[in-house]
Amino acid sequence: MRIRVGHLYPEYLNIYADRGNIAVLTRRAALRGHELDVRAIGLGDTLDPVGYDLLYVGGGQDREQALIAPDLAAKGDAVRAAAERGVAILAVCGGYQLLGRGYRGRDGSFMPGAALFPHETIAGEVRMIGDVLLECELDPGTRRQLAGFENHAGRTRLDPGAEPLGRVVAGFGNDGSSGAEGCRVGNAIGTYLHGPLLPRNPWLADWLIARALTHAGAGGPELLTPLADELEEEAFRVAAERARKRGGRC
Amino acid sequence: MGVRLALETAVARTAGALSRAAGRGGGTTIPGKVLWKLDPGSVDELAARLPQGVVVVSATNGKTTTTAMAAEILGDGRRLAWNRAGANLMSGIASALVAGRRADVGLFEVDEGALPEALGRTNPRVVALGNLFRDQLDRYGELELVAERWRGAVAELPYETTLVVNADDAVVADLADGRTAAVRFGLDDPRHARPRLQHAADSKYCLRCGAPYEFAAAYVGHLGDYRCPQCGHRRPDLDVAAREIELRGLLASRFRLATPVGDAEIELALPGLYNVYNAAAAAALSLAVGASLEDVRSGLARFGAAFGRFERIASGGKSIVLLLVKNPAGANEVVRTLETGVPPVLVVALNDAIADGQDVSWIWDVDFEPLLEHVGLVIATGDRAAELGLRMTYGGLPPERLEVIPSLESALDRGLGLVEAGTELVVLPTYTAMLSLRSILEGRGAVRPYWEMPAP
Repeated sequence: MRIRVGHLYPEYLNIYADRGNIAVLTRRAALRGHELDVRAIGLGDTLDPVGYDLLYVGGGQDREQALIAPDLAAKGDAVRAAAERGVAILAVCGGYQLLGRGYRGRDGSFMPGAALFPHETIAGEVRMIGDVLLECELDPGTRRQLAGFENHAGRTRLDPGAEPLGRVVAGFGNDGSSGAEGCRVGNAIGTYLHGPLLPRNPWLADWLIARALTHAGAGGPELLTPLADELEEEAFRVAAERARKRGGRC
Repeated sequence: MGVRLALETAVARTAGALSRAAGRGGGTTIPGKVLWKLDPGSVDELAARLPQGVVVVSATNGKTTTTAMAAEILGDGRRLAWNRAGANLMSGIASALVAGRRADVGLFEVDEGALPEALGRTNPRVVALGNLFRDQLDRYGELELVAERWRGAVAELPYETTLVVNADDAVVADLADGRTAAVRFGLDDPRHARPRLQHAADSKYCLRCGAPYEFAAAYVGHLGDYRCPQCGHRRPDLDVAAREIELRGLLASRFRLATPVGDAEIELALPGLYNVYNAAAAAALSLAVGASLEDVRSGLARFGAAFGRFERIASGGKSIVLLLVKNPAGANEVVRTLETGVPPVLVVALNDAIADGQDVSWIWDVDFEPLLEHVGLVIATGDRAAELGLRMTYGGLPPERLEVIPSLESALDRGLGLVEAGTELVVLPTYTAMLSLRSILEGRGAVRPYWEMPAP
């Protein structure tokens, strides 16, 4: 099966390891006989809401983010339409912020976002930097953990009733105080965790691939035979231990 | 020297000697830490006494090597106060000032984050700025934050201060814009340009208007001959240029150095285009301090390598080549140097202490792929060995050509056991992994501790 992936602004949003996430999705799909067809969606390109099974938005430095923010906000309708159709979405760090309603700078300025995730981000004084460990329950009754690294000045406040990606076991999370990290809307996931996220958290990679396959009309998780993930598990174990030992605390 | 300062420096020196006597490493920053704590203003005072003034060097990559090259050039005939062991925060500078109380000139490598304070306190006559790459965002924050602090610090410098900048880095070159006492260095040999910008390239959008730069040549990361097609902002003309560059794998390189006072053929016993940048920077700053072109040529010809950056260590009939890796731009250049002769066995050591960067995601921005095709075996080691193994696996390295051995010593021995007598084992360590590997080899008598290395 061919999975159509739209990678938004790879030239601008690639700060740390975003291509690692794409490499993981590509290889894990390939090992199960599926092909990832990754296309770049750049400044000024049209985003076809029916053209993709999975969308990826990475993180950038402030300067690069400011260069693409107006363009991404203009693509907001298409992003939301894609999400409503069940397209799988992963947005990391800056991409996660930009898919919210907007970012309020310390000077009071407001940079509107694509308004997919029900949240707003406010610039903070001190960056929240460190290892993170989360507990997630994306599928009711199945609790799993995610380990990653966060580095953000923005404090993201979820709207009341919004669903976070997970609860913070160690680290700062969205705002350093609510205990929530990331956001989930249907098959769309936003998170501050880079590091990169997917190599050491292969279950989330498979979760995204399964949803993308479903969107492509090919069934779902049953198409993903388990892989021998020893190295992945070891990398997770070390990262989780780091988070417990030295993850950020407010 | 005033009585108070004399007393403080005496106390500080004693602390360094005690630290070494207690076997607590080199004690390279202990005296400075004491002095820095007792009286930060003494740094200003000690720096002001150096008869030929102070030179400050900073960059994301290459500051230790550039400073060591400059020390080789300037040290012939001048006594140096030099933070040779790479202790590049204010306390390290204070230590070098204490140790070099009778020096003629101060030569200080300075951490990017400490640059504003170092400039403010040492009132340098020459400031050499090499490059800004994405590096340890967990420590420094974003590249633009560092750039902004540099802009502020440079704006405070008196106009007589000579600014030596890398013209090939748009952000760094811009710091000298409009200054009269400025020397701009760079590379001028498009044969060595990359076919396209690398994945981890940083400052690739025009500083003036935000449009993507066009590169007539991109040499290392985003360093190169850039021009904005929209507003015309471009690389400034080069005052000091490296031309006709020849790279000889892991062994050496040579180039023609073109300067306002003439040309010189430079022989360098170091590999890689990044070291050509370091040599051009060292040459430009040394000329600004008053060295002759012949001093530059002979100093660079004598130069071995800076501590731990590139070292060949003999061990039981085999040798170990240590090539420090610490961020995508630097690691990409190391990979490029190895591309011409991919070693059969490669040890890569990834630690995640503060000095390495606690965030190990940068390994995914390194283009390891050209090596993975041809290397016989990669041994991934260090505290984050599994993570590194994943990077190689997802980069296409088949599992039978990967071994994950977290213990540095076991990995080193496994590697040494696999290379034939008379050949080399290539090791790419991060900073603290390099220190540990060195101390393992030290324990075996293969290498001397760095504080015992002879002064130039």
